[in-house]
Amino acid sequence: MTKEEFPLKKVCIICAKGTIEDVYASLVMANGAVMEGIETKVFFTFFGLDAITKKQMNNLHTGTIGNPAMRMPGGLPFPTLLGMIPGVEAGVSMMMKSQMEKLDIPPVKEFLEMIDAGGGEIYACKLAMDMFKLKKEDLWDGVKDILTIGQFYEMAGGLQTQIIFT
Amino acid sequence: MGQKLIAGINIDVNDEGYLTNSSQWNKEIAVEIAKEEGIEITEKHLAVVNFIRDKFLKGENLTIRSVGNSGIVDIKGFYSLFPGAPMKKAAKIAGIPKPSSCV
Repeated sequence: MTKEEFPLKKVCIICAKGTIEDVYASLVMANGAVMEGIETKVFFTFFGLDAITKKQMNNLHTGTIGNPAMRMPGGLPFPTLLGMIPGVEAGVSMMMKSQMEKLDIPPVKEFLEMIDAGGGEIYACKLAMDMFKLKKEDLWDGVKDILTIGQFYEMAGGLQTQIIFT
Repeated sequence: MGQKLIAGINIDVNDEGYLTNSSQWNKEIAVEIAKEEGIEITEKHLAVVNFIRDKFLKGENLTIRSVGNSGIVDIKGFYSLFPGAPMKKAAKIAGIPKPSSCV
């Protein structure tokens, strides 16, 4: 085995979408990085802000419309029309969450607390906050700061750093 | 795969130093491996190590969350006991394979 010459030192993850799968992609990568001892910063923007908004964070959904990879349990295609029926999206989302719980993947708030406990940092985007009329007190208490994109780039410097957009 | 002299016994380890035969593990080996990782073992370390070893031997899913819910240590405490990469370090000291879970 050859030894990795330039291991990652820092990752800056941007979460711009608020569906279960988009948010969890960011959270799994962030927590995974923290667990590897990599400096980790997660920047939530646009609909991704739902993941760090007290009111919404544990109420995320998976979209049931316009997702060709969506399947019924058993593997049959999931008809888009079915996804339009009230309650279906909530049911699908609940199923996603229960499947994740089985793999010991925590709810959003707990996941953020785990990242925070390991030294990972959580940030919110100022522009999107202004757009959605959100205030600091609407956000999860662990959010470290509200940043402009310029401030985010200032934090993203240094060798062996990656910016990941999900 | 090779062998390494740890605590006076030849132990089977892989390239990264993880034990390949977890039954060869004992407390002295844990202390030695921990030293190599820059950790001075305490009772608390051992309690965590025994917990994850037990989980592994039972074939249960081992996650950082389960360590946090073990009642032995919270997640913040786990990071401070095994600084840097806690799951990997704790697994190595516990004589079990490198963790295979993404969470």
